[in-house]
Amino acid sequence: MPCSARHDRRMIEFSDVVKRYPGGHEALSGVNLTITRGEMVFLTGHSGAGKSTLLKLIAAIERPTSGIITVSGQNLSRIRRSALPYFRRNIGLIFQDHKLLYDRSVYDNVLLPLHIQGMTGHDAGKRVRAALDKVGLLNKERARPITLSGGEQQRLCIARAIVSRPPLLLADEPTANLDEDYARDLMDMFKAFNQVGVTVILASHNQDMIRRYGGRTIALANGRVAP
Amino acid sequence: MKAWLENNRHSLGLAVKRMADAPIASLFSILVIGIALSLPAGSYVALDNAGRLAGKLSPKPEISLFLKADLSQDQGRRLTQRIASLTDVAKARFVSRDEGLKHLQDAGLSNLTAGLDENPLPDVIIVTAKDSDAKAMERLAEQLNTLPGIDHLLMDSDWVRRLAALLDFGRDLVWLLAGLLGLALAAITGNTIRLQIYAAREEIEVSRLIGATNRFIRRPFLYFGVLQGLLGGLLGWLLTSGGIYVLEGSLARLALAWNGRIDLHGLGPAEGAILLGLSALLGLIGAFLAVSHSLRRML
Repeated sequence: MPCSARHDRRMIEFSDVVKRYPGGHEALSGVNLTITRGEMVFLTGHSGAGKSTLLKLIAAIERPTSGIITVSGQNLSRIRRSALPYFRRNIGLIFQDHKLLYDRSVYDNVLLPLHIQGMTGHDAGKRVRAALDKVGLLNKERARPITLSGGEQQRLCIARAIVSRPPLLLADEPTANLDEDYARDLMDMFKAFNQVGVTVILASHNQDMIRRYGGRTIALANGRVAP
Repeated sequence: MKAWLENNRHSLGLAVKRMADAPIASLFSILVIGIALSLPAGSYVALDNAGRLAGKLSPKPEISLFLKADLSQDQGRRLTQRIASLTDVAKARFVSRDEGLKHLQDAGLSNLTAGLDENPLPDVIIVTAKDSDAKAMERLAEQLNTLPGIDHLLMDSDWVRRLAALLDFGRDLVWLLAGLLGLALAAITGNTIRLQIYAAREEIEVSRLIGATNRFIRRPFLYFGVLQGLLGGLLGWLLTSGGIYVLEGSLARLALAWNGRIDLHGLGPAEGAILLGLSALLGLIGAFLAVSHSLRRML
C-alpha cells in the first residue's frame, strides 16, 4: 500500500489555496505545498508576504476563500465548527505577541491547555513542570507573566504550546524581538522538539538564523510560493 | 468523571473569583435582583396573609332565613327539609334558637345574654346555594322570601365574595409582577455576564486558540449567573422577612384596636426554596443567553 503509506507521511497539504480578506486584499493567491511529518520548515518572506495567513490557515483560525487544505488527514474546508477545538488540541501555537494570560501565574498559564483537555491533578502538575523545565522557567512557576522578560515570555508561550505534546508546532516570528543569544536558545529548543518527531513550522525573516539551522525553507512572495 | 467534577469545581471557583474581583458591581447587581424579587415575594406574602384572614370567614355564600317567632321547631325543621329539596339549594341547615344562644356563649359573648330571662334569638335556617353567582343568589333569595313563616332574610355573603374577587385580582397581579420582574432578573444577569465576557475577552480568545470547547468557556459564566441569582434570591427573601418584621408591630397594634389578632406569615421554607430555585434558574437562563450570543459574535 504505497499510496496510503505516503499519505500517512503527509502532515500538511495545500492545493490551490486562495485567501482573500474582506475588502479585497488577497493574502494568498494559489498556494500549493506539502509538508511531511517530522519536518522542520522555515517560512520566509517579507512582511505581508502571507506567512501569518498561512499559519492561521493551518491552525484553522482562518478559512480559505478557495482551495483545499488538509492537516493530518483532515480536510479543513469541511471540518465542523464543533470539531475545531479537538483539532486545535493537536497543534502547539506560538504567537509573536505571546497571548499570555496576565491575571494568573506562569504555572497556571501552562496548565490551561491540559485543563481544557480535562487533565487535572498530579499528572497535569508533572507535565506542567516538565514543560517549564524544558524552557528553563521552572524556578519562575509562581511568578506573574508580566514580571518576565520578553525572552522569558516567549519561552513561557512555548511551554504552553508543548505541554500537551502536540505532533505539530506552529510559531509565528518566535525570535522577532529577542537578542541574538535568546534567539539561539529558542532555536535550539525547536530543533530539539523536531528531533523527537514533532513537525515544526517557523515563520521568520531572519536569514542568518535559517542558514545556521538548515532545514527546509518555503519562501513566500506576493501570496505565492516562490520557486 | 473526576475530570468533570474538577472542571466544575474550577468553574465555580472562577465564578466566585470574578464576583470577588468586582465587589461593588456584584453587590449592586445582587441588590437590584434582591429588590426586584422582594416585590413579587412581598406581594405574595401580603396576599397569602389576606387570604388566610378571609379564609376564616365563610367562603361559600350563604343566606340566613330568620323564622317568625310563632313557628314551632318542628315546623321549622319541616320548612328546612322543604327548602333543602329546592333545585337551586345545595344545603339547608336548621339552627334552633337554643343552638344559636349556645354559639353566642361559646363565642365568649355570654355576658351579653346573661341578663336576659328569655332567649331573644329566632330560629334560623342557613341556606347554601348551588350557584354562588350573584344573580342566581338574588333569584334564590326572592324565591325563599315568598315562603311562609319567614320573618326576614339576610345575605351576608356579598362582601366575602367581593373580597374573594379582590384576592383573585391580587393573585393575577402578583403573577404579572413576578413575570415582569423575572424577565428583568434574566436581563440584569445577561447584562452583567456581557460585561464579564468583555473583561475576559483575552482569556476566551486564547482558550479557543488552544482548543477549548464552547461548553468549557461557557461553564464559569453559567455558574456566575446561578450564583448571582441565588444571592439575589437570598437577599429578596431577607428583604421580605425584614419587611414583615418591620410591619408586624404596627399591624398587631392595628389589629388590637379592632379587638382582633393578626398572625403574619412570612415565606415558609418551601416557598423560600422555590424563590431561590427560580432566581437561580433565571440567572442561569440570562447567563446562557448572554454567553451564547457573545460566543457566536466572537467567532
